[in-house]
Amino acid sequence: MKILVAVKRVIDYNVQIRVKEDGSGVVTDNVKMSTNPPDDNAVEEAVKIKESGKAKEIVAVTVGEEKAQETVRKALAVGADRGILVKAPGTIEPLAVAKILQKIVEKEKPDLVFMGKQAIDDDCNQTGQMLAAILNWPQATFASKIDVKENVLEVTREVDEGLETIEVKIPSIVTCDLRLNEPRYASLPNIMKAKKKPLEQIDASELGIDIKPRIEQIKVEEPPKRKAGIKVSSVEELVQKLKNEAKVI
Amino acid sequence: MSVLLIAEHNNKEVKPFTLNAITAASQINDDLHVLVIGKNADPVAKSLSEVPNVKKVIHVDNDIYENYIAENYTPVILKQAENYSHIVCSANTFGKNLMPRIAALLDTSQVSDIIKVISEDTFLRPIYAGNAFATVKSTDKKKCVTVRPTSFDPAPTSGGSAEIVKGENTDPSQNTKFVKKEEIKSDRPELGTARIVISGGRGMQSGENFKLITAIADKLNAAIGASRAAVDAGYITNDHQVGQTGKVVVPDLYIAVGISGAIQHLAGMKESKVIVAINKDGEAPIFSVADYGLEADLFDALPKFLEELNKLNTIQK
Repeated sequence: MKILVAVKRVIDYNVQIRVKEDGSGVVTDNVKMSTNPPDDNAVEEAVKIKESGKAKEIVAVTVGEEKAQETVRKALAVGADRGILVKAPGTIEPLAVAKILQKIVEKEKPDLVFMGKQAIDDDCNQTGQMLAAILNWPQATFASKIDVKENVLEVTREVDEGLETIEVKIPSIVTCDLRLNEPRYASLPNIMKAKKKPLEQIDASELGIDIKPRIEQIKVEEPPKRKAGIKVSSVEELVQKLKNEAKVI
Repeated sequence: MSVLLIAEHNNKEVKPFTLNAITAASQINDDLHVLVIGKNADPVAKSLSEVPNVKKVIHVDNDIYENYIAENYTPVILKQAENYSHIVCSANTFGKNLMPRIAALLDTSQVSDIIKVISEDTFLRPIYAGNAFATVKSTDKKKCVTVRPTSFDPAPTSGGSAEIVKGENTDPSQNTKFVKKEEIKSDRPELGTARIVISGGRGMQSGENFKLITAIADKLNAAIGASRAAVDAGYITNDHQVGQTGKVVVPDLYIAVGISGAIQHLAGMKESKVIVAINKDGEAPIFSVADYGLEADLFDALPKFLEELNKLNTIQK
């Protein structure tokens, strides 16, 4: 079995986001970038499946600028075998990413495609489902447990009411939740080894698809700020404030 | 053209967030139709026909729609889509799973998780876990939109009398099979819609200690929430998680106990009307969003809090 894992380079989750003064977006210059956190879970799960002997090869792919290959290198350092960088400038919407990944799937013919359930930059939560749609593959989103069986996956999904379990036929798309597993850290020797693993570069313009944005970003602004609250000195004072000032109890 | 809203339900009742999504959808265009796909879901179609904002209910009923499988819902929706300018549903796990599958097949770039309708094609949506708001304009002919339910009031549920028409089912997917659902039943108000939420974090130290939270929740008729740290530590189940990857809540009163206030948690609760933080670390980021902060050991403060609540003559329900 072959697993394709899609990863995205985003602003590190610990960085305090700053909005640009001209309203054109958020500040990304000199800001620490990392792999989108649930994409790390997707890589980890693929590696675990390979370690269990159920998969032979893991290919990590990303779409973005030249520097996005860092996230592919990181995936290679924790156990992916090969990497692909699809170079595309500017804003690439989830629909366009799905179309690019469709081309990669046609070329690589994986049995499974894994990725994080949502990117923490645009918070769209679309790419996996869109890729499943255009490939006409089944989708298992928000996965917190994956069982690889004969020709099918049994996937436990995190839904609002609790947990749902579905069975999807292979080939299929899985989008991963943070609770799926605990991503490992890359060891220094593995980081060094990853530098020698093959990383193919493809230009998105060569794929013959339209990836122009369809959504115009008019402006980006800071959310309204909460006004500063007060510290109370005792539980008694807190209850009195809630009762008489805020009038919520 | 008209707007088509996809209803979420359990074949008996409409899920509350559908009513919030109806409010948003009717702000886009008031010719709002609702699509109910289910098994023996007549009561759902009927109750939606009584929502005054709804002009027409399309009901597609078949055994294959007993459980909600995106691969089975999608072709039914696509069949209806040509008559509509917008397809809308709530941005909870139901809509998040479903809508992109529809959008991709309509070759539309979806607008996710809107918090405000500015015009038929322009919307406000949070990005970076709510640390920035983006105003976006869709240029696609057909628009697919998901709605953050807590940003819109629920639509009134009586007084309307929309017609109910039957729609056609399509063939089920052979590739996806429902196995089971483990729903967590509770007598408490639902986390997403409760007037008061009390949440515990890593500071609770154990699942056992959540009984301190439960006692107060009982007294205040509150829902119980948790930080991701508390869920990951196994203190409480995941359906209680508040935050970027859990539920977004906007109660009148949010009480954060032993929660430090990571960005991901704040994203899920900072729009609450009144926020209380109880934490022994006076530097914890949660205090920066709290209206009332109490720097105290929660194991002293919670029993006292319950005692003080018991002294009150009346408590709003």
